[in-house]
Amino acid sequence: MQRRDFLQLLLGAAAATLLLPINALAAIWNKAAFEATTVDAAAKDMGIAAETLSPDIQITAPDYAENGAVVQVEVRSNIPNTEAIAILVDKNPTSLIANFMFSNGAEPFVVTRIKMAETSNVVAIAKVGGQYFKGRKNIEVSENGCG
Amino acid sequence: MAADNAIKMRAQLKGEITEIKILMSHPMETGRRKNDLNEVIPAHFIQLVTVTLNDKPVLEAQWGTGISKNPYLTFHARGAKVGDKVVVVWHDNKGEMNSNEIAVAQA
Repeated sequence: MQRRDFLQLLLGAAAATLLLPINALAAIWNKAAFEATTVDAAAKDMGIAAETLSPDIQITAPDYAENGAVVQVEVRSNIPNTEAIAILVDKNPTSLIANFMFSNGAEPFVVTRIKMAETSNVVAIAKVGGQYFKGRKNIEVSENGCG
Repeated sequence: MAADNAIKMRAQLKGEITEIKILMSHPMETGRRKNDLNEVIPAHFIQLVTVTLNDKPVLEAQWGTGISKNPYLTFHARGAKVGDKVVVVWHDNKGEMNSNEIAVAQA
């Protein structure tokens, strides 16, 4: 092997090693879904189909939020074997906020704080096996929190 | 002094449930805001958060820019004992990451 080839091989290997975490992250993170501008488009990009409105998907949040930059929402699925819960906002510039995947006994329950651009429905979609169930709640927002 | 991307966390055993609360320091920039010079502030946000209990994954979250600045998270694990190890790791869109760990305590 010529020295130049060897160096190139070495550089290639180093670059591959350095880039691995980012590439792995890029492979996991659902770019298309997070860039979607409607709830339906984001759901489609997540492979969500035929979601049923269910009272077992509960969203606890204020009816009125003065500052859309910080809106605390609590989402719970009362359906056994819920694997994941996605949180979306109808009228945000990009609708998908987060997707939480639960395993090894973690409850399908999460509390977090989200940004809301304007008064909108917050939608939570739970994945249970191959089925999807959703809940929604309208939150009135007086100040745009999406900048 | 805490680093500017520090993670504060708590894991409390409450009966059968362990309540895990996490507060991360992160700007969570959307890429749509502008500074005083009317220049767009580049997107800078956490994309992936993983939490393990005794090295087993209990929560894996994918985030977009819609999570508020300095993200806050509470969730519930089951089957933990006092002293069990909870580890949280985040990765953001600039390739930065941070992690922290704590032992489960009796509430």
